[in-house]
Amino acid sequence: MTTHLHPESAVYRATVPAGEPWLTEVKAGQTLRILDLEGNQAVDTLFYSAANPRERYDVQRTLRRQNNVYLSTGSVLYSNLGRPLLTIVEDNCGRHDTLGGACAQESNTVRYALDKRHMHSCRDNYLRACTHDGRLGKRDISPNINFFMNVPVTPEGALTFEDGISAPGKYVQLRAEMDVIVLISNCPQLNNPCNGYNPTPAELLIWD
Amino acid sequence: MNDTSVFADERLPGGGHLSFVLKRGQLLRLTDLQGGANVSLMLFNAHEKTERLNLPDSLKCQHTAKLTAGHCLYSDMGRVLAAITRDTCGWSDSLGGVLCADEVEQKYGRGRYQELRNGFYRNGADNLLVEMGKWGLGLCDLSMTLNLFSRVDVDAHGALHFVEAHSKAGDCIELYAPMDTLFMITALQHPMDPAPEYAPKPVQLTFMSADASVAEHCRTSRPENLRGFINTDRLFA
Repeated sequence: MTTHLHPESAVYRATVPAGEPWLTEVKAGQTLRILDLEGNQAVDTLFYSAANPRERYDVQRTLRRQNNVYLSTGSVLYSNLGRPLLTIVEDNCGRHDTLGGACAQESNTVRYALDKRHMHSCRDNYLRACTHDGRLGKRDISPNINFFMNVPVTPEGALTFEDGISAPGKYVQLRAEMDVIVLISNCPQLNNPCNGYNPTPAELLIWD
Repeated sequence: MNDTSVFADERLPGGGHLSFVLKRGQLLRLTDLQGGANVSLMLFNAHEKTERLNLPDSLKCQHTAKLTAGHCLYSDMGRVLAAITRDTCGWSDSLGGVLCADEVEQKYGRGRYQELRNGFYRNGADNLLVEMGKWGLGLCDLSMTLNLFSRVDVDAHGALHFVEAHSKAGDCIELYAPMDTLFMITALQHPMDPAPEYAPKPVQLTFMSADASVAEHCRTSRPENLRGFINTDRLFA
C-alpha cells in the first residue's frame, strides 16, 4: 500500500473524455492513477516498454504467475519477455478484467449485428493513437486490461459480462517498474453493460 | 462423419514445433498419442498476417472461457480462422499461455543442447517465435495462445486450478479452416502442469480435405458464429 497521494502534488493530470484515446509515458518509479470519475466506466489499457515497444503486457503470463484471473492490489503486470512492467499498488475497486479484450468494429459485427460496424470502438482508438505516435502499430495491439470492468469466469468455464462493480471515485494505482508507454481507450461501447450504457470520462494522474 | 481424404500424416514429437498453411476446406486432426499432451497454438490469416487469432474476441462472442467442439477461433478482424469440429477431451485452455526460457529453467532446471543434444529443454515462447520468424513475424505477433488438450478451472475466487491427466491417449481435436490459415504449433507441457520432469508428449497430425459441412454445427451453434462465417466467406466471394 502506498502512502496517500494528493492530486495537488501530481506532476501530470488529464481528463480523458468518454470514447477518446490517450497515450503517454510513465517513468520507472512513477505512480499512475486511473480514476473512474462517474462510475462503471471501462478503461481499456495496454502497456509497453518504452525502450523496446515490441515488449508489452502479457495477459497469460500475468494471470499464470498470480494464479488468478482477476487483477487487483499486488498484481504484477508481466511482459511477453517475462519482466515486470508495472505493479498494482492500490485498488479501491477490487477487481479488474483482462480476458474480455477491447471492442472493435469487426468484433462488434460478430457480437451484435453486421450493421453495428460503424459504431465507435476501442481498437479504432488504439490504431489512431498508435499511428500518430509512430512507435506502435496494429501488430502491437494485443489483449489488454479493462480497468473497472467485471467479466466473471464461472467454474464451468463460462465467461459473462456483468454490471460493473465500480462507482464514482474508484481508482487503481500502479507503480511503473520500467519506463512504459501507456495506451488507453476510454471505452465507447454502447451494446453491453461494461460502461453502464453511458460512457463517461476518466482521469489520469502521475506522481514522481 | 463427412467425406474426408487424408493428404498428409506426421508425428510431432514432444518439444517439436511446426508451421503450415491449412487452406480453406482443409481439416487438421491432432491426436494425443500417449495421454497428457498439450499443444500451444497461434493462428494467422495466411495472406495478411497482421490478422491473427484473438482469444478475447473468441471468448466473449461465444460467452466461454474454455474452447471445445462447436466453437470458432476468431481473428481480430471478425473472421473464423478455424472451427473446432470435434474434440473428444472437451476442453482447451485459453488462460495458461506458454513459458519463456527463464521460466522453463526455473521449473525443470538447466537443459542445454551442449549436454542433452536434441533432448534439450525447449520453451513455448521461443518455439513459436522461431516458427513465426520463418514467415517474417516477430515478438509483437506472439499473442495469447490456445493450449489444446489442456484444462484449467477457475474457482469462485478467480483462482486457477490445472486439471491433471485431462487428455487421454487417443483423444483428438479437429480444426477446420474456413479460410487460408497459417498455423504455428508446439507440443510442450502446459505451463501449469505440476509434473517436475521435462517430458513433453508427442501428437499425431493428420491433414485432410473436407467438405464445409463438417463445420456446419460450428457455424450454426450461435448467431454470432453465423455472422463470423458471413465475414469469412466474403473473402472468397
